Amino acid sequence: MSSDVRFIDFKSDKQPTWCPGCGDFGTMNGMMKALANTGNDPDNTFIVAGIGCSGKIGTYMHSYALHGVHGRALPVGIGVKTANPDLEVMVSGGDGDGYSIGAGHFVHAVRRNVDMSYVVMDNRIYGLTKGQFSPTSREDFETATSPEGPKQAPVNPLALALSAGGTFIAQTFSSDAQRHTEIVQEAVEHDGFGFVNVYSPCVTFNDVDTYDYFRDTIVDLDEEDHDPTDRDAAAERITDPETEYQGVIYRDEDSVPYGDLHDLGSNMADVPDGAPENATDLVREFY
Amino acid sequence: MQKPFRRWEGIGSRYMADDLNWAIGGEAGDGINSTGKIFAQALSRAGRHVFTSKDFASRIRGGYTAYKVRNAVENVESVVDRLDVLIALTQRTVEENMDELHEGSVIIYDGERTMMEDFEAPEGMIGLSVPLKRLAEDAGGAIMQNIVALGAACEVTNFPIENLDEALEKRFGDKGESIVRNNKEAARLGEEYVVEEIDHEDFGYDIETTDADYVLLNGDEAIGMGAIAAGCRFYSGYPITPATDVMEYLTGRLERYGGHVVQAEDELAAINMALGAARAGARAMTATSGPGIDLMTETFGLVATTETPLVICDVMRSGPSTGMPTKQEQGDLDALLYGGHGEVPRLVVAPTTVAECFHKTIEAFNLAERYQMPVYLVSDLAMAVTEQTYPPEEFDMDAVEIDRGNLVGEGELDPWLNDSEQFQPHFPAADGISPRTLPGTAGGAHMTTGLEHDALGRRTEDSEVRVEQVDKRTQKVRTAEEEGEWDYREFGDPDADTLVLSWGSNEGAMREGMALLDEESIDVRFISVPYLFPRPDLTEAVESAEEVIVVECNATGQFADVIEYDTLERVKRVNKYTGVRFKADELATRISEELEGPQEITP
Repeated sequence: MSSDVRFIDFKSDKQPTWCPGCGDFGTMNGMMKALANTGNDPDNTFIVAGIGCSGKIGTYMHSYALHGVHGRALPVGIGVKTANPDLEVMVSGGDGDGYSIGAGHFVHAVRRNVDMSYVVMDNRIYGLTKGQFSPTSREDFETATSPEGPKQAPVNPLALALSAGGTFIAQTFSSDAQRHTEIVQEAVEHDGFGFVNVYSPCVTFNDVDTYDYFRDTIVDLDEEDHDPTDRDAAAERITDPETEYQGVIYRDEDSVPYGDLHDLGSNMADVPDGAPENATDLVREFY
Repeated sequence: MQKPFRRWEGIGSRYMADDLNWAIGGEAGDGINSTGKIFAQALSRAGRHVFTSKDFASRIRGGYTAYKVRNAVENVESVVDRLDVLIALTQRTVEENMDELHEGSVIIYDGERTMMEDFEAPEGMIGLSVPLKRLAEDAGGAIMQNIVALGAACEVTNFPIENLDEALEKRFGDKGESIVRNNKEAARLGEEYVVEEIDHEDFGYDIETTDADYVLLNGDEAIGMGAIAAGCRFYSGYPITPATDVMEYLTGRLERYGGHVVQAEDELAAINMALGAARAGARAMTATSGPGIDLMTETFGLVATTETPLVICDVMRSGPSTGMPTKQEQGDLDALLYGGHGEVPRLVVAPTTVAECFHKTIEAFNLAERYQMPVYLVSDLAMAVTEQTYPPEEFDMDAVEIDRGNLVGEGELDPWLNDSEQFQPHFPAADGISPRTLPGTAGGAHMTTGLEHDALGRRTEDSEVRVEQVDKRTQKVRTAEEEGEWDYREFGDPDADTLVLSWGSNEGAMREGMALLDEESIDVRFISVPYLFPRPDLTEAVESAEEVIVVECNATGQFADVIEYDTLERVKRVNKYTGVRFKADELATRISEELEGPQEITP
C-alpha cells in the first residue's frame, strides 16, 4: 500500500452513464476517498458490484472488481476476503440487490462478520428498470407496478442488520460528501462487517425521497446525544419510524472478524507445484 | 480379467464362492452404518478387497436401512444379488432381502428381543439366535449389541477376530481405552456364544486373509482428498445428500493445509463465494447435487463469461425436483451439458470409479485454470456411498502435477497491456486463453462482468467486440478439444461384435458383468467414458460394432442421445431408474436380453 494514493487513482477512464444529478455520483466519490484515505490502492482493492444502476460502479472505479449476478455480491466478497485476507474488499449495490433478491445473503453476511465493507445505494426505487417499487419504498409510493402504493411495509435494513448481530451499522446521505466519506471510512476501518446504508436519491423515478426531502429531514447523530456503542440506544434510533438518521448508529467495539475467529491469514492463492507436503497423511487415514 | 464369483453350488455343499456377501440391517438410528463400516474396515485390514453399498430406504415406507459388504481376496467392484451372512436387527430386514438370501445363508438375530422372538429363518437358511443385547450388557452396555453381532459374524465366517479389534480401535480409539476394551469384549462374547452354542460345521464359510494393505474410502472422500492434493484451498457448500460427505471430509482437513470450508446459507451463496475465492486466486470448489445445480446455474454462466476457473461438483441423485434424495440416478447429464441460458462454454468430467474420483478431481482443477472455465465434476450416489478398497499407491501424491495456466505476475504484464497501459483480462488471444492476474498484482487491476465485455472486462454492446469475445470463449473449448487427451477406458475384446458404452459408476458392475457374459460365450467390448465434454470421438468404435448398447441409470438415455448425435448411428439402450444401481448379474442379463431376447443370468 502506498501512502501517496489519491482518490482519483480509484477512478477509471470511463464516464458514468448515471442520470445527471444521480445520488450514486456522491456515493461513489465517498467510497473512493474512503479507500484512499485508509491507505489502500487499486491493486490491493477488490470491489464487488451488484446489479442495477449502482452495479455500474465497478466500471467507473479502477481496482480489481467483479460485477456479478443480481443479489449475490456479498457472497462473492466473502469468498474474495476469505481467500486473500490482505485485500481490501468493498461490496456495493442497491436496495433491490441487497434487500430484495439478496436479502438472504445480507442477513448471513452481517452475522458472519467478515472484515469488509458494504455500501448500499438506497434510492427506494428500481431505476434501471424504469420505475418500479423497491423493498425500501414507502407503503403508499405509487409506481408502475404499484398504482396505489406497494401496500406492504418497507424493509428496515438497519433493523435487519442489528437483529442479525451487526457490528457496524451506519447510514449516510450521498449529498453530504464530507460526512458520507468519513462514515464509509469508518466502515472500512472497522474490524468486521462495516455496513453503510446510503440515501442516494434517484432524480428520475423517485419524486418523494428527493434531495430536498432528505436535506430537510435528516438528523445527524453527531449533533445528537448518541453513543454508537450503546446497542439499546441504537435499537431505539433504528426503529424510530419518524426520523431519517445519518451517522454511525451502532458499533461493537469488541467485534472480532470471521477471519480472526477462524485463524485465516494466509493468501490461499499460493499453492505448491505438486500435492502439498504431508498429503500422503490423507491416504494413511483410510487404512 | 478375473472371474469374480462362482455359482452357488447348492444345499449342503461347503460354500466355496470367492466372494462373501455380508450385511447388517435394521431401523435408521440402530447404528447400522457405523457397524457396517467397522466390519468393512476389519476386512480391509485383513487384506481383503471390499465393496460396500447402502440401502437407505425401501420399497415400502419406514426406516429400514442396511449396510452391505461384498468382499473377496480378488478385487470386487460391484454389488450382486446374493447375501450370505445377514445380521438382522428387525424382521423387516429379512423380508427386504429375501431376493438376495439363498439356501445356506446365515441370519444372525437376537431371539430374546421381543420383536424377533417369533422369528424363524426361511426354509433352507440358517437362523442363528444370539442374545445380542444380553451379551452387550455383560460387556458393559446394551449400546454394544451390534458389536456382539460382529463378533458372532467373525465366528460364522471363520474370520480371525483380531482383525475386528483393529477396526474397533480405529473407530473408538478417541473415546478412551475402556470403551475400546468393552467393545472388544462384546465382540468376544458374541464369538464365544456361537462357538459354544452352535455347531460350527453348519456354516461352511471361510474368510481367507492376506498380507495386503488396503485403504478404504468412498467417492466423496476421494473427491475431497483429490481437491486437497490439487491445491484446493477454498470450499463453500450447502449440505445436500449425497454430496455432503465431500464437505464433511474437507472440514478440518482443508484447514490443515491452509484452506477453509464455509458452510454457506444456500447454494446461491456457495457458488458465489467459491467464485469470489477463485477471483482472488485460490483454487476453489463447491459440491452439490441436482437441486443445487439448478440453483447454481445462473452463476455458472457468470463463472464462464468472466472466465473464472472453478470446479463445481455434482454428486447426482434421483430427480427431478426433490426426487428420491437417497437413491441412485444419472439424470443430470443434459443439465450439465446444456444447462444455463445463452451459450456457456464448459468442461464436463465424470469419474467412473471411486479411485477415479480422486484422479479426475485433480485433473478438473488443472483444466479449470488452464482454460479459465467452469468444470463440472460429475459423480453419482452409487460412488458417493460406496466404500471401496485400493492399494494406497493408487493415490500417489508424488505424481500430482499442478497447472495454473496463463497466470501472469508483476513484470510479466507488458505483452498484455493496451496502448493506455491497461491490463486486458479478456484479451482475445489466438487460442482463446487470456492472461490472468491475481488481485494484489501491481498494475494488473481490472474488472470483469457478466455483461458482455471487451478485452478490458468492461461492458459493451458493440457488435464486433461481442463477436470477438464469443469467438474467443468458443475458441477455448476448441483449444481444449485439440490439446486434451479425451480418452476412454476400455475393457474386454476390442474386436467383439458387441460394444457396450457407459459413463459414471456403472463401470464396476459392467466389468464384472462381462465375466458373466463370457460364461455365456457373449463377447463384449466395453468402453467407459469419463469425459463428457469435450468427449472422445466414438464414431469408429460405434461403426465397427454390430450392436451398440449404452448403459446408464436414467429413463431416457441421455448419454445414448449424445452418442447418436456424435456418431449418427442408432444405439440400443439399457436404462435403469428404480433408484438402485445396476448389479453385475442384472446388467449381464439385461445386455444378453438386448442381444438374444429374454433369458436370465445368475451368479
